[in-house]
Amino acid sequence: MSKTMTRLTSEDMKALIGAMQAAIAENAERLTALDQAIGDGDHGINMKRGFDAIAADADAICDKPTPQALSAAGMKLVMSVGGASGPLFGTLFMTLGKSLPEDFECGAFADAFAKAVDAVAARGKSSAGQKTMLDVLYPVSDALAAGKSVGEVAAVAAEAAEATVPMEAKRGRASFLGERSIGHMDPGSCSCSLLVNTIAAWISAKEHAA
Amino acid sequence: MNVGIVIVSHSPLVAEGTAQMVRQMVGEEVRLAWCGGDPDGGLGTSVQAIIDAMESVWSDAGVAVLVDLGGAESNSEMAMEVIGEPRSARIRICNAPIVEGAVMAATEAAGGSSLATVVATAEELSPL
Repeated sequence: MSKTMTRLTSEDMKALIGAMQAAIAENAERLTALDQAIGDGDHGINMKRGFDAIAADADAICDKPTPQALSAAGMKLVMSVGGASGPLFGTLFMTLGKSLPEDFECGAFADAFAKAVDAVAARGKSSAGQKTMLDVLYPVSDALAAGKSVGEVAAVAAEAAEATVPMEAKRGRASFLGERSIGHMDPGSCSCSLLVNTIAAWISAKEHAA
Repeated sequence: MNVGIVIVSHSPLVAEGTAQMVRQMVGEEVRLAWCGGDPDGGLGTSVQAIIDAMESVWSDAGVAVLVDLGGAESNSEMAMEVIGEPRSARIRICNAPIVEGAVMAATEAAGGSSLATVVATAEELSPL
């Protein structure tokens, strides 16, 4: 990632929202199938409802500066998702918005992201290694802090999601299954990897075009 | 004013049924609200519906909340944050089974007990 100051334009944010909405919609059935294996089977449909709600309000959200836009998007997720992922993903976006300056470089983004991940851990009363979205978010946060490239961060997310497959769930509905949760990817981790890879692809395409 | 009781279930049927049991066993005088279902009406919970339920039974005596599964708890915490300080400090989520907890909490609330006592009575039902 470049060390230069970045400010996302309204068009940038609309494009990112569109890309995330499309990625979630395309994978909604897969996310729900993962959740049927070890959760309550609503993750895909809930995430789709959340990102559809953000997209429906994209004009108003993207009129705001990036920090406020992130907070508004997070609040949309909280109010529309209906499952546990609403407050968790909502807290991620809202804390990112609270912690990010309007003009930022990679270091500031990494700092804000680290705070956002800690807030998700506090909201979910969870920690690393419990087969949750944190098992993707922490490695991504570390990669950002280490100044890794966009492509490397995306790869870290994908590998971290795969690494949840052999884990035993200790938190959330999947923890009721105990050892039977082993052998399935955690749906929340899958969503995190999907979103990180979608954002990374958008940044790469933009840098390539520039 | 007595402590208000809010029942939050993933299922509107469970929430309403629990409220019916509370009404029958404790009576009409207890301040009681329930909600269940996600924003589209499927199984889940809605932060806005939880906020509305909390507001409807709000008094300075506080509100005790009974929840079923994980999402109901985190969405109730989110609702408390949206309501904000100072009122959110007078809203407590009980670590108790939803049906038994609601009946016990409502019984205690109907007798005019404090929020701390109402919550403690409901939580006596939980394994340590």
